[in-house]
Amino acid sequence: MDVVLLSRLQFAFTIMFHYLFPPLTIGLGVILVYLEGMYLRTKDPLYENATKFWTRIFGLNFALGVVTGIVMEFEFGTNWAVYSRYVGDVFGSALAAEGIFAFFLESGFLAVLLFGWDRVGPKMHFFSTVMVALGGIFSSVWIVIANSWQQTPAGFVLREHMVNGEPFMRAEIVDFWAMVFNPSSVHRLVHVWLGAFIVGAFFVMSISAWYLLKGKHEEFAKRSFRGALLMATFSSLAQLVSGDLQVKMVAEHQPAKFAAFEGIYENETYATLNFFGWPDEEERKLKYAFGIPGSLSFMLYGDPAAEVTGLNELEPTWGEPPVWLTFQAYHLMVAIGMLFIAVTLYSCYLLWRGKLYTTRWLLWFYVFAFGLAIIANEVGWVAAEVGRQPWIVYPTMVNGELHGGLRTSDAVSEAVKAEQVLGSIIMFGVVYLLLFVLWVVILNHKIQAGPEPLTDEQKAEHTGKGFLDAAAKLVGHKATMTEAEKE
Amino acid sequence: MALDLHVLWFVLLGVLLAGYAVLDGFDFGVGILHLTTKTEKDRQTFIHAIGPIWDGNEVWLVTFGGALFAAFPEAYATSFSGFYIAFMLVLFCLIFRAISIEFRHKMHSIAWRRVWDFCFFGSSTLASLLFGVAVGAAMQGVPLNKRGIFIGEFVDQIGVYPLMVGVMTVAMFMMHGALYLGLKTEGELLEHLYRWKWRGFIFFLVMYIAVTIVTIVTIPRSVDNFKHFPWAWIVVVLNLLAIANIPRCIYLRKPVQGFVSSGCTIAGLVFLFGVALFPNLITSQPNPDHSLTIYNAASSEGTLWIMTIIAGLGMPFVITYTGIVYWTFRGKVDLDQIGY
Repeated sequence: MDVVLLSRLQFAFTIMFHYLFPPLTIGLGVILVYLEGMYLRTKDPLYENATKFWTRIFGLNFALGVVTGIVMEFEFGTNWAVYSRYVGDVFGSALAAEGIFAFFLESGFLAVLLFGWDRVGPKMHFFSTVMVALGGIFSSVWIVIANSWQQTPAGFVLREHMVNGEPFMRAEIVDFWAMVFNPSSVHRLVHVWLGAFIVGAFFVMSISAWYLLKGKHEEFAKRSFRGALLMATFSSLAQLVSGDLQVKMVAEHQPAKFAAFEGIYENETYATLNFFGWPDEEERKLKYAFGIPGSLSFMLYGDPAAEVTGLNELEPTWGEPPVWLTFQAYHLMVAIGMLFIAVTLYSCYLLWRGKLYTTRWLLWFYVFAFGLAIIANEVGWVAAEVGRQPWIVYPTMVNGELHGGLRTSDAVSEAVKAEQVLGSIIMFGVVYLLLFVLWVVILNHKIQAGPEPLTDEQKAEHTGKGFLDAAAKLVGHKATMTEAEKE
Repeated sequence: MALDLHVLWFVLLGVLLAGYAVLDGFDFGVGILHLTTKTEKDRQTFIHAIGPIWDGNEVWLVTFGGALFAAFPEAYATSFSGFYIAFMLVLFCLIFRAISIEFRHKMHSIAWRRVWDFCFFGSSTLASLLFGVAVGAAMQGVPLNKRGIFIGEFVDQIGVYPLMVGVMTVAMFMMHGALYLGLKTEGELLEHLYRWKWRGFIFFLVMYIAVTIVTIVTIPRSVDNFKHFPWAWIVVVLNLLAIANIPRCIYLRKPVQGFVSSGCTIAGLVFLFGVALFPNLITSQPNPDHSLTIYNAASSEGTLWIMTIIAGLGMPFVITYTGIVYWTFRGKVDLDQIGY
């Protein structure tokens, strides 16, 4: 096996394992801010205990995100040295900004969030929680910008750099803001955030649904579930809009990736948005596909007769990604997204009718749906990254010529041997398997233990003054929520 | 004199590296000393002494890596790919150290805790050794081709000299960790640490003298810069004063001053390492002409400016939060008052 393939496998494996955690921390961070904010507002001890419970779980996920994240930063240099030399001027500065602006913020205040309950006042503690949540969101900003630059580079020139008289072409920033706001970065960042909110919300709903099914910690579980359901519904709906905007952007800037997403080989008028299919890469044909004719053309150009470009008609120098994997990953993500929209809307309806917590099949669905949320996030990235192949930095079309791309096969380290990479893959395989088992065991342990029960003192305080409880108590909707609170 | 951004970023990387060594150094030291205590209570105290802050301390390494990537991509690419095995071992240690700290207390089983105790000790010791070996290898130089790409083997990085620097680093972190724990403990455990402070200091002193002699004798380039920059001698003197102050503080039981002195010692050594390297980032040996310097390994001037602005905006915040966190968690560890 060669260094390129092994390095790609290693990167895919380590990044996919890492990406279990960041969306979870970003999503949970927002939920923590909500719960602790509610506690400060209502002084209801149920919120306090809920915040503490989710904080413990947050801490576990965060630690795993940090250690698996350091691996990623090292791998750019260890396995992809040529890439690092080529993009250092652009990508490196985004990474450094991430360290300075986000990581210090996150990990500094995390200490106060996890260990500071008795050492700082409630307001300072809440401030720390907000800072940790913001830090999580900030840390996604720079890395997604850097990755988006690889997809749709902007604001740079190719310039010859000399090392001891040996020339080397590399990308250098000439317009920082054009680099930051490259054509895909805002779309992709929003998509990543919404994906993270969905993961965080489904995580909370999964555990809460399990408590409800087992009849444990019911008041706590209902409260957590309700907040998370609202977040999941909003994010799933917003994700549809974000996805639609993004796919139009991909069609414009990365035509080969787009054609692979949809499995289009020949140019098509009345092109179909297929619900499923099976691209046959040998015969260069999409088989067993089903969809509404004209829908894809209509979605892209507002005209069902518009022509959509297929892989066969693209300039051959664009190269072609592995179509089957890109197609299936993309379709799986979309399918899960659609399912989530349907299920969350239906659940909101049941919540309104007061039947949600007794619909057992639906609660069982939520127990396992967290896995689907993770899968959707992972395969979304698979579609994005595999769809970019054979390029590690995608080229741009300037005056009919491709400009500024770097092929993945040219990007690996010169000094690294295949057996070293194989050895490190085995090491990561073993270590990550252990980490995964530990994560599941400890998570299970914490879930079994559950939130702390209310003390008698707390029960006396717990008078149900919560905002949503106040809303729930409003019969007939005659008064406003703020009035209800005063009652 | 115009501001030379290349020099500025060399200095800033030095600051990040020194910050990392001083802060994570005592975390490693706690790990190195972990098995010297026997009771569950003492071991918990050790872990809780660094529990809230180790993660923030590790961010200094992440930021150092990011800044090296951004400011000097050629040096980042050559060192990380050239020292592949060493970096993979470092990652392995960092992962195990993190999970030992975070997972040890999550289960009540004795066997579970013993395993993580051992992992915590092993990974902290090996990581300290590897960081020291890396510094030693950088001092000595490694074979590079004309393009500045590493062309040697793993064994070229682990000679006698790098190993000596590695052992010195273990000793230094052990001493630093004992001094840190002195701030965080009381009673019998404090007496136990008193003995380990002395052991750590003597171990460090022996290694420090040995490494200094070998450096001056075998790596003549390392002292050249002191001729160009006579003011660097001031740092040498300050570094020696800081080292001399450590036994005084241990003896007089001045824990804060002792810990600050050992922090200054570490920062001083990182500084001297920088002076010895300058202007090289990775020295080529043989063929010094192939070295990667702060000029041929750097990003464009424009990017260095952007990064300078980013650092200027960000660093005051970083220092503020680090200060807030350390202030919040000042004082002795109280096992009854642990949040999470």
